[in-house]
Amino acid sequence: MYEFDWSSIPGALPYMAQGMKISLEITVTAVLVGIVWGTVLAMMRLSSITPLSWFAAAYVNFFRAIPLVMVLLWFFLIIPHLLETLFGFPRGSDMRLGSAIAGFSLFEAAYYSEIIRAGIQSVPKGQMAASNALGMSYGQSMRLVVLPQAFRNMVPLLLTQGIILFQDTSLVYVSALADFFGAAYKVGDRDGRLVEMLLFAGAVYFVICFAFSQLVRYYQKKLKTA
Amino acid sequence: MISMNKVSKHYGAFQVLTDCTTHVNKGEVVVVCGPSGSGKSTLIKCVNGLEPFQGGQITVNGVSVGDPKTNLSKLRAQVGMVFQNFELFPHMTIIENLTVAQIKVLGRDQHEAEAKGMQLLDRVGLKVQALKYPGQLSGGQQQRVAIARALAMDPICMLFDEPTSALDPEMINEVLDVMTELAQEGMTMMCVTHEMGFAKRVAHRVIFMDVGHIVEDDSKEAFFANPRSERAQQFLAKILHH
Repeated sequence: MYEFDWSSIPGALPYMAQGMKISLEITVTAVLVGIVWGTVLAMMRLSSITPLSWFAAAYVNFFRAIPLVMVLLWFFLIIPHLLETLFGFPRGSDMRLGSAIAGFSLFEAAYYSEIIRAGIQSVPKGQMAASNALGMSYGQSMRLVVLPQAFRNMVPLLLTQGIILFQDTSLVYVSALADFFGAAYKVGDRDGRLVEMLLFAGAVYFVICFAFSQLVRYYQKKLKTA
Repeated sequence: MISMNKVSKHYGAFQVLTDCTTHVNKGEVVVVCGPSGSGKSTLIKCVNGLEPFQGGQITVNGVSVGDPKTNLSKLRAQVGMVFQNFELFPHMTIIENLTVAQIKVLGRDQHEAEAKGMQLLDRVGLKVQALKYPGQLSGGQQQRVAIARALAMDPICMLFDEPTSALDPEMINEVLDVMTELAQEGMTMMCVTHEMGFAKRVAHRVIFMDVGHIVEDDSKEAFFANPRSERAQQFLAKILHH
């Protein structure tokens, strides 16, 4: 019978909190950048200018057809190298966090753009017609009339995607970056208590994600009654 | 004010409008009617360029709508339009609905735009609803707000695209009353509507359309007393006898 020994957890908490900070940093940045870049992509995709719409379609299809972990590895292994040679960055400078954030942002933008595209299309066409009829330009109509309604409908989906992203940040362990999962793994490995640490890390992820998705559900309910 | 000359439009091989020619003078109220699918909504949407057209010309106050050099936004700001489904902006309050274009398009300041908005809400009898959202209002009230929103831009003419078709019967009159008042004040109006009572009371002229053609374009007296085409006779018989 396996004897659980949880004693390595209390001492490791500050280190794991550091890791949690990194996980959240990646999540929040990637969600924000992903939504902004995703909105641009969605508008390109819906644009009547063919090259823009093709570019956006190619971008989205490309990133949705490759595994996230692959994208992350590219950003860890290839991009820093490129930057070093191209811009004379000092060799061996630690770009792991930057690479992770860039990789996640570009990858998530592809998913966000599809959510946002559906959101824009869910706004009745007459809304654009009505704002045009009042003399508003395409840009004004989008910004003042269509996007605010689209985002209001999309908030639950965008947040859910954020939860998935938060879980996926654990993949940065491939670069030995000590995010929350990486920190837990390292501590477990050091103390020979991998099982306990991974169970503990899993429980923490569960509590955070479950609480957050309950929040999303609550918001969704409120949205429906409004 | 509004002048159409041989306006034609097609979607691919499907011809929606064929050689539509008519003029609406300043202060004139013209009702456009016809069976569904006759192209009357499309025609009226061509006037402010919401629907592009391939053949012919439309000028509004001397400005060519189809000309690529025309600043369509500027033109549209002068032409009020009311839609079948109201199309109020649901995420804005009633007063915001009335002020947003005044501020963003006409460059009025907030205070001026709100004063104008309140004055028009008062006129359509909805001043007390200013801070509500469109979803809290009845259909008739929403359409009156939509009319006020268009009027807030000080339009030189108004287009109505079946403004009462989406309304419950008991709400139709409150909207028609606002429109009648507007007509009596001398607003130039082009209205797509099935409300023949409104046409009889208010219109100067009636245009009857069928399969993309303007079949009749006559004074209302002549149109109701003695429609020339068989299609118009049938249409009137159907619409008036029930």
